[in-house]
Amino acid sequence: MDLSTTYLGLKLPHPLMPGASPMVDEIDTVRKLEDAGAAAIVMHSLFEEQISREQVATFVHTESHGQSFAEALTYFPSPEAFALGPDEYLEHVRKVKQAVSVPVIGSLNGFTHGGWLDYAKLIEQAGADALELNVYFLGSDPDESGASIEERTVKMVKAVRGAVRIPVAVKLSPYYTSLAQFTAQLDGAGADGLVLFNRFYQPDIDVEELQVRRQIHLSTSAELPLRLTWLALLSPKMKASLAVSGGVHTLLDVVQSIMTGAHAVQLVSCLLKRGPSHLATLKGELAQWLEEHEYHSLRQMQGSMNLEACPDPAVYERANYMLMLQSWRTTQ
Amino acid sequence: MATRKMIAVDGNEAAASVAHRVSEVIAIYPITPSSPMGEFADEWSARGQKNIWGVVPDVVEMQSEGGAAGAVHGALQGGALTTTFTASQGLLLMIPNMYKIAGELTACTMHVAARTVSTHALSIFGDHSDVMACRQIGFGLMASGSVQEAHDLALVSTVASLESRVPFLHFFDGFRSSHEVRKIEQLTDDDLRFMLPDELVRTHQERALNPDHPVLRGTAQNPDAFFQAREACNRFYDACPEVVEKTMARFAERTGRSYQLFDYIGHPEAERVIVLMGSGAETAHETVEHLVAQDEKVGIIKVRLYRPFSVKHFAAALPSTVRAIAVLDRTKEPGSVGEPLYLDVVTALREARETGISHLAVDPMVVGGRYGLSSKEFAPAHVKAVLEELVRREGPRNHFTVGIVDDVTHTSLPVDEDFDIESDDRVQAVFFGLGADGTVGANKNSIKIIGEETDNDAQGYFVYDSKKSGAITISHLRFGPGPIRSTYLIRKASFVACHQFEFLTRYDVLDYCVEGGTLLLNAPFSKDEVWKNLPRKVQEGIIEKKLKVYAIDAYRVAADTGMGARINSIMQTCFFAISGVLPRDEAIAQIKKAIEKTYGMKGAEVVKRNFASVDAALDNLHEIPAGKPTGSAEPHLTVPKEAPDFVQKVTAVMIEGKGDSLPVSAFPVDGTWPTGTTQWEKRAVALEIPVWDDKICIQCNKCAFVCPHAAIRAQVYDPKGLDGAPETFKSTDYRGREYPGHKYTIQVAPEDCTGCNLCVMICPAKDKSNPKHKAIDMAPMAPLREPEAENYKFFLGLPEPDRTEVKMDLKGSQFLTPLFEYSGACSGCGETPYIKLMTQLYGDRMLVANATGCSSIYGGNLPNTPYTKDANGRGPAWSNSLFEDNAEFGFGMRLAIDQLRKQASGLVTSLNGKLGDNLVKELLEADQSSEAGIAAQRERVAKLREALKGIKGPQSERLAQIADYFIKKNVWIVGGDGWAYDIGYGGLDHVLSMRRDVNILILDTEVYSNTGGQASKATPIGASAKFASAGKETGKKDIGMMAMAYGHVYVARVAFGAKDVQTLKAFQEAESYNGPSLIIAYSHCIAHGYDMAYGAEQQKLAVNSGVWPLYRFDPRRVREGQPPLALDSGPAKISAREYMRNETRFRMVEKLDPARFKRLSILAEKQAKQRVAIYQQLANLTVPQISDEEAEAAPAPAPVKK
Repeated sequence: MDLSTTYLGLKLPHPLMPGASPMVDEIDTVRKLEDAGAAAIVMHSLFEEQISREQVATFVHTESHGQSFAEALTYFPSPEAFALGPDEYLEHVRKVKQAVSVPVIGSLNGFTHGGWLDYAKLIEQAGADALELNVYFLGSDPDESGASIEERTVKMVKAVRGAVRIPVAVKLSPYYTSLAQFTAQLDGAGADGLVLFNRFYQPDIDVEELQVRRQIHLSTSAELPLRLTWLALLSPKMKASLAVSGGVHTLLDVVQSIMTGAHAVQLVSCLLKRGPSHLATLKGELAQWLEEHEYHSLRQMQGSMNLEACPDPAVYERANYMLMLQSWRTTQ
Repeated sequence: MATRKMIAVDGNEAAASVAHRVSEVIAIYPITPSSPMGEFADEWSARGQKNIWGVVPDVVEMQSEGGAAGAVHGALQGGALTTTFTASQGLLLMIPNMYKIAGELTACTMHVAARTVSTHALSIFGDHSDVMACRQIGFGLMASGSVQEAHDLALVSTVASLESRVPFLHFFDGFRSSHEVRKIEQLTDDDLRFMLPDELVRTHQERALNPDHPVLRGTAQNPDAFFQAREACNRFYDACPEVVEKTMARFAERTGRSYQLFDYIGHPEAERVIVLMGSGAETAHETVEHLVAQDEKVGIIKVRLYRPFSVKHFAAALPSTVRAIAVLDRTKEPGSVGEPLYLDVVTALREARETGISHLAVDPMVVGGRYGLSSKEFAPAHVKAVLEELVRREGPRNHFTVGIVDDVTHTSLPVDEDFDIESDDRVQAVFFGLGADGTVGANKNSIKIIGEETDNDAQGYFVYDSKKSGAITISHLRFGPGPIRSTYLIRKASFVACHQFEFLTRYDVLDYCVEGGTLLLNAPFSKDEVWKNLPRKVQEGIIEKKLKVYAIDAYRVAADTGMGARINSIMQTCFFAISGVLPRDEAIAQIKKAIEKTYGMKGAEVVKRNFASVDAALDNLHEIPAGKPTGSAEPHLTVPKEAPDFVQKVTAVMIEGKGDSLPVSAFPVDGTWPTGTTQWEKRAVALEIPVWDDKICIQCNKCAFVCPHAAIRAQVYDPKGLDGAPETFKSTDYRGREYPGHKYTIQVAPEDCTGCNLCVMICPAKDKSNPKHKAIDMAPMAPLREPEAENYKFFLGLPEPDRTEVKMDLKGSQFLTPLFEYSGACSGCGETPYIKLMTQLYGDRMLVANATGCSSIYGGNLPNTPYTKDANGRGPAWSNSLFEDNAEFGFGMRLAIDQLRKQASGLVTSLNGKLGDNLVKELLEADQSSEAGIAAQRERVAKLREALKGIKGPQSERLAQIADYFIKKNVWIVGGDGWAYDIGYGGLDHVLSMRRDVNILILDTEVYSNTGGQASKATPIGASAKFASAGKETGKKDIGMMAMAYGHVYVARVAFGAKDVQTLKAFQEAESYNGPSLIIAYSHCIAHGYDMAYGAEQQKLAVNSGVWPLYRFDPRRVREGQPPLALDSGPAKISAREYMRNETRFRMVEKLDPARFKRLSILAEKQAKQRVAIYQQLANLTVPQISDEEAEAAPAPAPVKK
């Protein structure tokens, strides 16, 4: 069965790949993912803000004690190679790249315009075949309009696109007032792909200690329909290729994602739960399903249920919501 | 030949730069002020820097200087070119091996930053008492007087040693030369190769022990042989001076810098000559040149080769016209005829005359004097005073002192304090900074810029505080046409900068300003507000001296540019802009270049912020026109009027930075010092202080428990105590059942708090509708200072609860007055909470033996003493002996107490009939295991004393004298891990092996904290430390397990931030255990590299990850049929990595080599699991009981019953 697909201009034997996660921290796991047949490896994100914060914190907490007491002018050795920059990440990209033969997609979460640009270039130089820009931003500033947030992002994508030669995907959250218009702008800015969607850290409230703890829950298939909706809506309109991320666990999830227009399917939670080999299982099941359903290739099914191609496009739009409510009432 | 670079380095780097390049093995041990030499060497080797033969020298840190010397001796015998670096006590510990090395005629050069040897007190500063203790060994002694000389003579010594086979001790003055930053010409590798022909190295190596051509050294010789064999080395010593002379000549030929064994400087027909060595000779050189220019017939001899002392060369160096000689020694030998150099000169002159080699016209008069002990200032005025003494009408005084006022034995020379010879073509600048603000770093950088980018000579010397928090630094910078030989502090500066506005009140900053000079202020005001906020005295000084004043609100600029409290780049930019040493644009470009160089690797963000602060500096710099004096004319009091007389007359003067003016009579004769003096120095170093909300507080007292400076306290008291309370004094009903109807207060000491945040972080009480607000929050100090200071004063007057009634739990412990307060420890120190607790529980009956290290520095570094007394005048009696002997030192205290108690028991028994059976029996059998028991015994002793008054006779008198020994006395042996795990381990082990009742507290920071973070055997696996920069490969030594192996030692491992209750229990059990007790206390430290506010949090993570398991091993439990070990922490809940990644010491390893970090962190976790598994087994293990009778039949002396 021909499962091949094209994502970010990369010709892939099939659409399944691990999404950005700590899975790639271990080269062993990366190799296992490749062995399980991963079409590409998506790296975890390089966080510019974290690097900057660590630099400043280390500067403050190590420098401020030095040169002030006669017996100890410093408190740490100063090995020349001790660098608090992105080197650790870049080195890891290099190692992953060396370890596998499939494409490696770097991932970046920038904080400043300069940071996005500089780090994008560095990740490219480290050997990444493509780059995912992880736009992980919670618009919590009451003084900043949605339009300005979007404009900033579009500008950034345009700049990064102009600065690197490798394809660039943008990983978004679903929380934009007009996602269709915004994604169209990103498309226009030269994004080679969109990844739908980011999952935010969710707070966990410790009611005994009165503290907020940050945590990330693994996804469930329940999160997929939101993504399917937007794949279906965007798929007919975008030049950029599309990837689904968040909520793909089963064969059915994979099939639905591709039918609504995904060119790539990113898997994280299901691999964390069941191990890298689950990717091979899904791939096998996908091929079998296509055969059983007499498809001759995956491309045949790609986008078959998107807004343009599906038999009842109205269900993807407002009517979808209304009808659902009505149908619920009638069943009471 | 490669061209030589001009570099700005300090003396340590200058010496180490040569030593590293001409050595194959370097064995060291950290000691101030020589530590940086070892650190440089380690760093260079870690970077793969090679010696001149293309090999990376092996740098190893040993367990003590004794160990380092042993390793040096061995490496030399093995044929390696070997060196070491040390000072002071460290050098003394090397002496036994030095005798061996010299006796075996082994070529070797060691480098010493000469430092005071501890006598009545420790001093880290410079003099020659350490090297003079080595003059008899048979080492060549080579003295350098400047940074350039430390570089050059390091090489000359090495070459001469290889050629002569006489080992060399090359030394330069600690701090004055070791830490002075100077522009020097760097010797190239080619220079080194030129001076060190391979032939010399080959012959050294041929003498190595080698089984291919075996020989034997280190025989034991008998009366028939030893003497002759000892004399067999003579010809090598006879030849050595000529070898050195020849080497110096070759060096001069190569570099153009000429040295002699004895360098004469001065008038060719000088009649008065000073002989001296070290950095003082530079000042004398400069002064003599000045005087000769005024036709004075004076001169100096700089002694370079002190041993072997060449009479011939010395005699030849003197001008034939000399009539009077003053020999200056930078050491003191009480009881001797005179100090060593003086004795040598007297003898040399006599020998020269008698052997006919003297060319002197007359037999000169010779006097000796002492100067510069412990880096005491030695300035041109002192040189002049000595030269003038030589022509004193009554004849010169011999055995004089210069640089102090000796009003007791009147040895000191009068000094013309106004004598100043500094030339006008120099820029002299003085900077007052706060340790944490980066002033010193910026100034070192300015010297590099000026020294390396201009033709000017440049010199920087830095005076540091004895405190580790809120510390002041004073930088002395000179720039101008060279050479600068002024090895003394600047007294009059054309540029003075005060980087902390409040220093204007505390110190006489303007005293340094010349008339018409420039004053730069960091002032937290707008430009129009600066003048009126200046203290009146400063305003008047500015007007009187016609100073040009500039001001910048540097903290605001730093905050705006994301630099926190780092104002260094900002102030440095202002300095260059105002002083005009370099064109402004060029200066800024150079500053930025330096920032890029320093932080480029460490962080683009840091560079960016620094750049922004530089750019913002000039826009915010304003000239402040002088107005009229406006401030209050009331003088600032350094200490309050109610302070004791000694504090007023001595301590206060030292606090003001004017201790140099105190005469000999001001000081105790034997180093004994009053305790409890920190309370008089109100430093007010915190920007924010804790504020208590009595409505939310749950009264747990944890804030008071964790406070490193005893600056937040809890009290429960009768409501009557509130009479006369200040308006803002807070009080609430006490919630516990123990004190019904009582009031409760948490009070901060605003001027003693360092703002570390530990109390806020530990506070568990949150406002339920606004959990961000806790019962303790931080708030800016400025508006709170005055009212809270008043409140604190009132608080201290509240009636204290009766110790016998206080419940000895965690909460109760904090109602006991801390007898350790307001120390100079770092803000957020992880050690001092343990010490404070120890004094709260047992301070009124404890002796403390304190190993040298952080705890001895914040425990007893003048001007102040933080150990204090209770309302009855009782408190810890404290002493520091050495670094290496502390366990034995404390053990000796125990022996004395036991002996005196035994004597008292014997005497009281013998007076039984006269004193009454009951009193005697009760005194002898008193149960003193509780506060009530102690109080009862104190009453009995008072009764005994009373009764003894009526009994005449020597027995009664003696008993009255030692009656106090009936009251239980605790011995606490306190020190850090460097002492306990490394240098003092042998003694510690021995003391543990005995059955005497001592309590040993190891403040385990897992690194040598006081000397700047060198690895110890307590350093955990995976941590980066100096000498283990790639991350320590091996696990932390399990000292607790080693102690448990004795079976009779109480051992506890604690971490107050993780489980305070267990910490308290361990202290109580250790104290009550009648035998040796060992507490290993996790102490977070600035050398771990994170915000100390998170200290307690990190302790929790250390325990929860299994890296720091908590336990108590109590041999008493064996007799109860219980396993002796109780494990107080559970299995690991988090990974070791989660704990490790928060600290720079581990994170550095991860950033350097992620794979290595991963391996080491996994190993750390596995090792932790292994250890916990062993502890778990032990915790389930009951062992056969030993009965009291069996135990007492053991040969160890029976401990005194409590």
